[in-house]
Amino acid sequence: MTTTTARLTASFDDAPLTLVRRRWPLGLALLLLVAFVALPLLGDDYWLNAILIPFLVLSLAGLGLNLLTGYTGQTSVGAAGFMAVGAFATYGLLLRVPGIPLPLALVGGGLIAAFLGMLFGIPSARIKGFYLMVTTLAAQFFIEWVFAKFPWFYNYASSGTISAPRLELFGYSLASPVGRYLLTLSCVVLLTWVAVNLVRSQTGRNWMAIRDMDTAAAVIGIPVDRYKRLAFAVSSFYLGIAGALWAFAYLGTASAGSFDINRSFQILFIIIIGGMGSIAGNFVGAAFISLMPIFLNHAGQWLFGGNVDAGQLQNLQKILFGTLIIVFLIKEPEGLVRLVGNLRDRLRTWPLRF
Amino acid sequence: MSTLLEVRNISLSFKGVKAISDLSFAVRRGEICALIGPNGAGKSSLLNILNGVYRADAGELVFDAERLHRPHPLTAARLGIGRTFQNNALFKNMSVLDNLLTGLSRFQRSFFIEQALGLPRARREARVFAERAEQVLEFLELQPWRDVAVGSLAYGLQKRVELGRALIAQPTLLLLDEPMAGMNAEEKQEMSRFIADINRDLGATVILIEHDIKVVMDLCAHVVVLDYGRKVGDGTPAEVQANPDVIAAYLGTVHG
Amino acid sequence: MNFFLETLIGGLLAGTMYSLVAIGFVLIYKASGVFNFAQGAMLLFSALTFVSLHEQGVPFALALLLTLLVMIIGALLIERLVLRPLVNRSQITLFMATLGLSFIIEGLAQGLMGAQVRALDLGIEDIPLFVGEVMISQFDLIAAAVAAVLVALLALLFNRTRIGIALRAVADDTRAALSIGINLNRIWQIVWAVAGMVGLVAGLLWGARQGVQFSLSLVVLKALPVLIIGGFTSIGGAIVGGLIVGAAENLAEAYIGPLIGGGITPWFAYFLALVFLYIRPAGLFGDRAIERV
Repeated sequence: MTTTTARLTASFDDAPLTLVRRRWPLGLALLLLVAFVALPLLGDDYWLNAILIPFLVLSLAGLGLNLLTGYTGQTSVGAAGFMAVGAFATYGLLLRVPGIPLPLALVGGGLIAAFLGMLFGIPSARIKGFYLMVTTLAAQFFIEWVFAKFPWFYNYASSGTISAPRLELFGYSLASPVGRYLLTLSCVVLLTWVAVNLVRSQTGRNWMAIRDMDTAAAVIGIPVDRYKRLAFAVSSFYLGIAGALWAFAYLGTASAGSFDINRSFQILFIIIIGGMGSIAGNFVGAAFISLMPIFLNHAGQWLFGGNVDAGQLQNLQKILFGTLIIVFLIKEPEGLVRLVGNLRDRLRTWPLRF
Repeated sequence: MSTLLEVRNISLSFKGVKAISDLSFAVRRGEICALIGPNGAGKSSLLNILNGVYRADAGELVFDAERLHRPHPLTAARLGIGRTFQNNALFKNMSVLDNLLTGLSRFQRSFFIEQALGLPRARREARVFAERAEQVLEFLELQPWRDVAVGSLAYGLQKRVELGRALIAQPTLLLLDEPMAGMNAEEKQEMSRFIADINRDLGATVILIEHDIKVVMDLCAHVVVLDYGRKVGDGTPAEVQANPDVIAAYLGTVHG
Repeated sequence: MNFFLETLIGGLLAGTMYSLVAIGFVLIYKASGVFNFAQGAMLLFSALTFVSLHEQGVPFALALLLTLLVMIIGALLIERLVLRPLVNRSQITLFMATLGLSFIIEGLAQGLMGAQVRALDLGIEDIPLFVGEVMISQFDLIAAAVAAVLVALLALLFNRTRIGIALRAVADDTRAALSIGINLNRIWQIVWAVAGMVGLVAGLLWGARQGVQFSLSLVVLKALPVLIIGGFTSIGGAIVGGLIVGAAENLAEAYIGPLIGGGITPWFAYFLALVFLYIRPAGLFGDRAIERV
């Protein structure tokens, strides 16, 4: 016992800097290879434009909201507001700062969104739960109003919309579907890596501690208010970049209405269905949300031979989503990602079990 | 031995009901001090004042020869006041290891951006933290549950994890609120051993609330008795046991 | 001065509508701790059901009765299929479940009864009324009177009947209420049914004012600031909160709006609620929870 405790009192600074060789898991390497090489070669424009790009952007937005809601426990229904900030800020930077490279404009847009997110996160020091939702609703509606009301933000366009002035990197145009796909994919991969780092770090643990019990978090020395604001800022940074990509890589042309409250709910559903407090869950949830309508559409065509009313399909979709949300909350609160995990475990032990 | 903590004329009331009135006592550096008294005597409230969860209506605290102005849980933690709670306040969805690691927050030096990008300083810090957490796991014999979510652990084990989370922060003063509540004799003995080791080997001063008089007598050199928010006894276990006021306070109340 | 008075009174009367929506929330929140996001969808559903029946030639009173029946069946189903399996789960989980519920109800409402705007004529003529030189909307006045009657009925229900007493017992201390043999599931069914009825009245009044359409379900978002200001647990608070939000919104739009570009009603109420939150975190009439460690 004495030897253990003697080591316990050891100072913090005398640990040697050892190099750890990290091995890349084969599965991840394969996945990246497919995403970066195979899909652009094989995928047609429809797949890239209508499925892969929105899937990736929604995953990124889910990731942003999950950091705030799933990891830090601060429920937000204003995600789309911060996406709008990112989109309009990136647009403004590209338009008004001559020669600014695209990555810098994206990061700038993200940072502006982060700053606004932090501002709207200030009340989280005093307000919790449903009460905090009011703050996020205020953010959502206020931001929407600002971008619809003041023409400066959309450069006095008569349509009230913004479209990307130029999508290029080092002289290469990214305007083609493949270009926009690769741009989106790069952002998503980079930011996912950062998010994984974050949630495994002391910062991530502090966030989760605040989520699980914020009084106890303060007692053990976590500056709760500061970490909540940080979560708002980081989350909004992600949402901001997702917003810019949504506007320019996916939609092409966007307005304040592209980021209304329904978009916020959509992002919230991604993390509920995918899995709160899970990185992979965002991808699963986003895949589900973006593929479900397409699947339903095809199923409808196939069943009723082409004469399905689009409105009815949308209503059916709503009912299905609502039901799924409730079923997930009841049966699998950890979301689809947990189901996928269970399935994988079962497959792994499959030969042994039977 | 010098005085580590001095409580001077502390009073606290909730909505006009006095929880603690005009309470004073001192805790010497390196001792294990027990707070005893019937339920509702104000013991937990006192701990909450000591680490800034509640603010006292009157009186002052002197810790490590400095007066505490406007105590706050955060400043208390930074001064090295560790704490466990009566009804475990753990982070239920996190693993045992992660719970312990959160206790190291006050030593965190790397910025979040360094952690986000996996820069060398953050990685080195993470490694040092992980090593310390492993040491605490070993010390408290918690390795078998290292990666288990705390919420699914048995109550006694949760108490041990909570002790570990406070301990890993190298507290100068450790406040333990009924660390042995709901435990059987064997578990109590084990916990007593941990507390004694922490006190002896880490030099942490301990204030603990405990109902089991036998445990108190074995473990503590100093006992403070509260009743209805007032101090009715203060001294060595033997002195306190002989004190007629203490006996009066305990008459008619049932404690295990 | 007349303009000010008109704006104020118009706002107050519009505020009674907010109050009606908020009351439905408070009922459910008090009895089950659920923040029912589906209240707006229930509003839409009830108004649509009524209009559809009425259009089919069902007489007014019968249509009202049938709609009521539908709302009660709905409440029973919700309790059985959604609330009971989620008992003892966190408030946020329950809230999200009602979010899903609102999707189902909206999808059903529009799927079954169409998405186009429907006119709803309650037979109330909207002739402006002049008190001195101040113009008041007669429709709003009648709506406010209906709201007042409804609140009085609810007060009777809570204070004079066995159900009401059981309800208050549950709201006060759920565990104690259970231990003396109150059937919690039954209470929840009743509360959701009553909230459905309040939703029906609110849906009809709102619907008559602006047409029965999807945007009715968005009224739910306006109820949130009303609840923040009035407190989640007080019917009186919901009424006062609604009046404050209605009046403040109208005044702000009239006096502050022109200075910053107008159209500020979508967000003004939330900022007002935030200001209130900073001053009184539990609302004007809510119970302040003491956090225990």
